[in-house]
Amino acid sequence: MNPVRRQRLLLILLLLAGVGLATTLALFALKENINHYFSPNQMTSGEAPIGQRIRGGGIVVPGSLERNPDDLTVTFKMETGGTEVEVVYTGILPDLFREGQGIVGTGKLDKNRRFIADELLAKHDENYMPPEVQDAIDKAHNAS
Amino acid sequence: MNWTFFHKLGSPKWFYDISGRWLPWLATISALLMATGLTWGLLFAPPDYLQGNSYRIIFLHVPTAFLASAVYVMMACAGAVTLIWRVKLADVALKCMAPVGASFCLLALITGAIWGKPTWGTWWVWDARLTSVLILLFLYIGVIALRGAIRSTTTAAKACAVLSIVGVVNIPIIKFSVQWWNTLHQGATLKLTEKPAMAPEMLWPLLISILAFYLFFTAVLLLRMRTEILNRERRTQWVQQRLGG
Repeated sequence: MNPVRRQRLLLILLLLAGVGLATTLALFALKENINHYFSPNQMTSGEAPIGQRIRGGGIVVPGSLERNPDDLTVTFKMETGGTEVEVVYTGILPDLFREGQGIVGTGKLDKNRRFIADELLAKHDENYMPPEVQDAIDKAHNAS
Repeated sequence: MNWTFFHKLGSPKWFYDISGRWLPWLATISALLMATGLTWGLLFAPPDYLQGNSYRIIFLHVPTAFLASAVYVMMACAGAVTLIWRVKLADVALKCMAPVGASFCLLALITGAIWGKPTWGTWWVWDARLTSVLILLFLYIGVIALRGAIRSTTTAAKACAVLSIVGVVNIPIIKFSVQWWNTLHQGATLKLTEKPAMAPEMLWPLLISILAFYLFFTAVLLLRMRTEILNRERRTQWVQQRLGG
């Protein structure tokens, strides 16, 4: 490679490194704001503020869903990494709300660190399969 | 290694002649693959156990989203070649890629929103993945607008090359956004290192669609580049010969 071209190449690499570094620093500084929601761990440890509007997300703990017979209020637990948070939500659950699936809610933490949500979105995971396969998995699971 | 082929490809005249021979093949194969992949995916692949039929938009969403990122990386590479080696053809490629990439990016955003409504319960959220892809669209529009704003071809080439290279830092952010931060968008289904988290009867039509979209992009790019070359070289003898003869 001739010296002029080598110099231009170095200049471009330097430019990329500089911009990359600046972006990395900016993203680290904004880390908390880029996270779309707080995990149950952050909600119980005190990282998530109490009484302010926040988003929280996790996996719906199977068997924890309880419906209030009088209105649309449901309570359930969500977890990630073993930490559980109780969620209270009044409204219509999204179509893809399932126990064992992810959800992201918007609402406030009360003093007992229960998450009072007024909006609930279903978070889909990256797994795709036909219904028959899921049936087969369930059967194998029940048989064992 | 014999580099003659690449040097010849760098000359607009050679590129024009060779791409003319490739184009019919590329167009035919991509049309066949797209018909196969999309028909298979949209009509014959089994429904998903949770999402039912709404997941089928994946056969459009994933290929367009892949292309949106890939085209930007190609633009950055073309920009580097323009700046370092001053290959005229690289700038032609960069110019012709930008609107195509922007279209793919817009399609990925729109198909994603249409899928998000029934799946998540919302058209749009400001999570890291969705926001970074929106920034990608703005970068594309920026590159297109920058070229439009500068009259001199050589100055425009340099400016667009620099912007393309700088913008490429956004690509790893898009790719890893779903791992680095909590996002509503799910993680990657297709991974290079692991088995894909998708049943094979859904995966095959998806892979065929992705390949079809790549070939479609190549065909469209060649077509646009040939027009651009004719326009830029219109005063040369070879263009006069080919058009006048």
